[in-house]
Amino acid sequence: MIDIGKKDPDKTHYKDIWVFVEQTNGEPQQVSFELLTKARELAEKLNCKIAAVSIGKSVEHIAEEAFKYGADKFYIIEDEVFSDYRTEPFRDALSRILIKYKPEIFLIGATTQGRDLSGTVATELKTGLTADTTQQEIDSETGNLMMTRPTFGGSLMATIICPDDRPQMSTVRPGVFKAIPKETPQKGEVIRETIDIKEEDIVKKILKKVVSNEGNINLSFYDVIVAGGKGMGSKENFKMLENLADLLGGTWAGSRKAVELGYVPQSRQVGQTGQTVHPKLYIACGISGAIQHLVGMQSSDIIISVNKDENAPIFDVSTYCIVEDALKFIPKLIDELKQNKKINTQ
Amino acid sequence: MSNKLRYDVIVVGAGPAGLAAATVLAKSGVKVIVIERGRFPGSKNVMGGVFYTDCMKGIVDEFPGKAPVERHVIEERMWLLDDNSHVGFTHKNEMFNKEPHNCYTVFRAKLDKWFAGEAEKAGALIINNTVVLEPIVENNKVIGVKTDRPQGDIYANVVIAADGVNSLLSKSLGLRKELKSKDVAIAAKEVIGLNEDIINERFNVKGSEGVTIEITGSFFPGETMGFIYTNKKSVSLGVGMILEDVINSKMNANDLLESMKQHPSIAPLIAGGQTKEFLVHLIPEGGYKEMPKLVMDGLMVVGDAAMMVNSIHREGSNLAITSGRYAAETYLEAAKTNDFSENVLKKYIHKLNNSFVIKDLKKYKNLPDLLQKDKRLLQKYPRLLNQAAFELLTVNGIPKKEKEKMIWKTAKKEIGISNMIKDLIKIWRSVK
Amino acid sequence: MHALIFIKQVPDASQVRVNYETGTLIREGVPAILNPFEAHAVEEAVRLREKIGGKVSVLTMGPPQATDALKECLSMGADNAYLLSDRVFAGSDTLATSYALYEGARKIIELEGDVDLFFAGKQAIDGDTAQTGPGIATRFDIPLVTYLIKLDEVNIGKKYAIATRLTEFGQETVKTPLPAFFTVEETLNELSYAPLPWLIKAAQTEIKRLSSENVALDKNQCGLKHSPTKVKKAFTPEKRQRGETLKGTCNDLAKQTSEILLPFVK
Repeated sequence: MIDIGKKDPDKTHYKDIWVFVEQTNGEPQQVSFELLTKARELAEKLNCKIAAVSIGKSVEHIAEEAFKYGADKFYIIEDEVFSDYRTEPFRDALSRILIKYKPEIFLIGATTQGRDLSGTVATELKTGLTADTTQQEIDSETGNLMMTRPTFGGSLMATIICPDDRPQMSTVRPGVFKAIPKETPQKGEVIRETIDIKEEDIVKKILKKVVSNEGNINLSFYDVIVAGGKGMGSKENFKMLENLADLLGGTWAGSRKAVELGYVPQSRQVGQTGQTVHPKLYIACGISGAIQHLVGMQSSDIIISVNKDENAPIFDVSTYCIVEDALKFIPKLIDELKQNKKINTQ
Repeated sequence: MSNKLRYDVIVVGAGPAGLAAATVLAKSGVKVIVIERGRFPGSKNVMGGVFYTDCMKGIVDEFPGKAPVERHVIEERMWLLDDNSHVGFTHKNEMFNKEPHNCYTVFRAKLDKWFAGEAEKAGALIINNTVVLEPIVENNKVIGVKTDRPQGDIYANVVIAADGVNSLLSKSLGLRKELKSKDVAIAAKEVIGLNEDIINERFNVKGSEGVTIEITGSFFPGETMGFIYTNKKSVSLGVGMILEDVINSKMNANDLLESMKQHPSIAPLIAGGQTKEFLVHLIPEGGYKEMPKLVMDGLMVVGDAAMMVNSIHREGSNLAITSGRYAAETYLEAAKTNDFSENVLKKYIHKLNNSFVIKDLKKYKNLPDLLQKDKRLLQKYPRLLNQAAFELLTVNGIPKKEKEKMIWKTAKKEIGISNMIKDLIKIWRSVK
Repeated sequence: MHALIFIKQVPDASQVRVNYETGTLIREGVPAILNPFEAHAVEEAVRLREKIGGKVSVLTMGPPQATDALKECLSMGADNAYLLSDRVFAGSDTLATSYALYEGARKIIELEGDVDLFFAGKQAIDGDTAQTGPGIATRFDIPLVTYLIKLDEVNIGKKYAIATRLTEFGQETVKTPLPAFFTVEETLNELSYAPLPWLIKAAQTEIKRLSSENVALDKNQCGLKHSPTKVKKAFTPEKRQRGETLKGTCNDLAKQTSEILLPFVK
């Protein structure tokens, strides 16, 4: 481990809100801008500045967007060793810069990279990290950041504070906050930091990367999810759900039952032992609504459920209930949507 | 290369019968292994919930000790339900408050877990999440069992089949015939959460005193028995109907339970409660006549697997436990001469015959058939009794003698004098 | 080969009920289960042991009765099970927890020998924060490999492992020196049915207990007092209500629904 410096234990010396801008091959992740937007809101209450920080081989070009979304300063660390994400060099670089500049609050997107990085950095800095938060507010009395997160699959919400340690660290899932550019973006300052990390000192090596579409899919990236359960009857029938999802700009998924029956790959499972999602729209087709599934999707904004059993528990959490056989209904719905689309584009 | 797994005794099933056998054996230094298919002992067991203290003597003498029991029963009620009414008998006795208490209401999942702990403390090995697929037989002698796990064959001097109402072992060894739908009941039970004080108030008890209510009558279709038992902070409510009647009446256990909860005599007792659990199980009802062969070379059958349930007296777990103890004692005697043949293991049957277990089961051996064939008993008589009671108690200007005549007339019409006499004789014969 | 898995016993999240009046969890009667992700970690470690020899230890931090999950691990083939339990840990957040587990692990290294592979599940289904694993790895200053979906190669002699991990973009194969810390995905393997002799051995294996009596602990890093994050309040989210039931023939329903979906159509 390189020398990351000594942390200042006096919390009053910490100021400003920093946001980590995650990037892959120079391409920034949307969640970073969602967090910058949120940071503006928080900075107003604290009357402080906002900074973005990014680490990679070449990240300077992201500055414009960072300023567009509210950063006053953009700190960059560029080096060949950071071409691909690896825990150890990123952890050391980030820890060093945080110790040097002492931000009061540090926000990271809860992506695989973000979760990998945040836990290690928080431990390095011996500070508090609250993961997967869905709400962030400043406590007007104390000025502390109040971070709210769901626990037990959403059955209970907890508001966490980190009153004595700095920086107050928090991760937020993509899609929780909206990314809204400033009305009048100002040009900020780009500050280049150098760090002495050599490739030969980094023990972990990446042998190969395979970019793939199937086999792994992060459902939380999508605003619309069309999910199917046992009621869909077969793997082939899921094609109509995929078609519907395409029409709505989303993706398709399934319940655990659907996965067990082989209709859906495990990577697209929603539920307690699958992924937890809260898209803007969740359409459940032929899903009964066992509690293990509900905990994975019940905080979606709009839930539309289609099930021929009017007593299916899924209806208890649905915004719109459609008591009908999904296999009959979905094709008709797709037709209607295609018709409307035609009409609207004419 | 693989060493054979060898034990003195294999007990199949960690229910009360199996655990009783295992505890007695282990306490005497016998190397005993218990194979349970559930995740933990009790996870697959259901019973109404009344557990008798007496049967634990010689097994866990300090019972209840630290055992998780709910309330000790001081009042037992019997209700004959009609559509909107009931005629009841009750006995409440301060003597039941004296220790040792006669019986307690319990939760099987908790109690069996504790019981298993006692067996383990004594030295028994309990293996969960494992299913016994079939016995290993050699020259007509049971020498072990085959489980569903890799390298899962176990050998022993004796196998004790404590594998419940659907005993796979008895079936595969040809000891019992296929269970007929008239010989089992489907029982459904609901645990309804209620505040402790509310239970005390509604059932007129205090502290950890409990009440049991056994229910039958014309309210139910077919041969059905229901119950309500008070636990510390909940009430167990259940109903069991002979499978044959379930099939004929096209009702399912859940429906039966729901309708029972709404009966005017019952609804107020559980008002405001929250359903915490719902369970269903099969209960052997055939009685003495349907008991399978209990012994063969290297094998003894205990508990529900041996159909030892005396439902009219609500006794099953104590019979199971006693049979488990007898099987263990029989083994200890057989071990003296290292002879585990049927001839020697027959001592198990003798013990049962000389005890209340068989004596009680024999006493009521004709009752199952009687109740089955004569639907009048559980349908017409309760109705008649309710109507009679209502009539007699209503003051409406009609003189009592006239009322009696009316009742008598109805009885004659509904049942008939000769039938009533026949019924009386039949009942007397069945219970003497 | 010595593998150490950090496991957590959690209440089955799908069975947790909330008391809407007091806003607290009803934990009574909720069965505790082995965190599903860790079960796969134990499975992987045991398979490795079967292949190349060695031993598998598991460690959990919890109240004295948190033995069910450890017993399950033993039944799956783990050799040693340790329970780290002490009142001083009460109220620990993830930082304090990773410290406690770090010290517990150091004790196990002392008792059982150096560890080559550390494992933890991707996340716990009750807390869902996925921080403890990375925290422990940082304290040991060893490489961290998260979202493990395959252990391609483990070479104890040459002290390296090749592993494949899963990200939003696809799969990545890394080479890391050992010892290293892995957090695992459910898809890492399928749980197998352990042979009976393992269950018998497990039933006869004692759970070893660790506490402040036998583990060197810096009390200034333990428990609620030294947890940077604190729960300010816990509340139940608005209980979702059943919405509108659309009525009509299948065609009507399709028309109505397409109206509702208009804003989403691309």
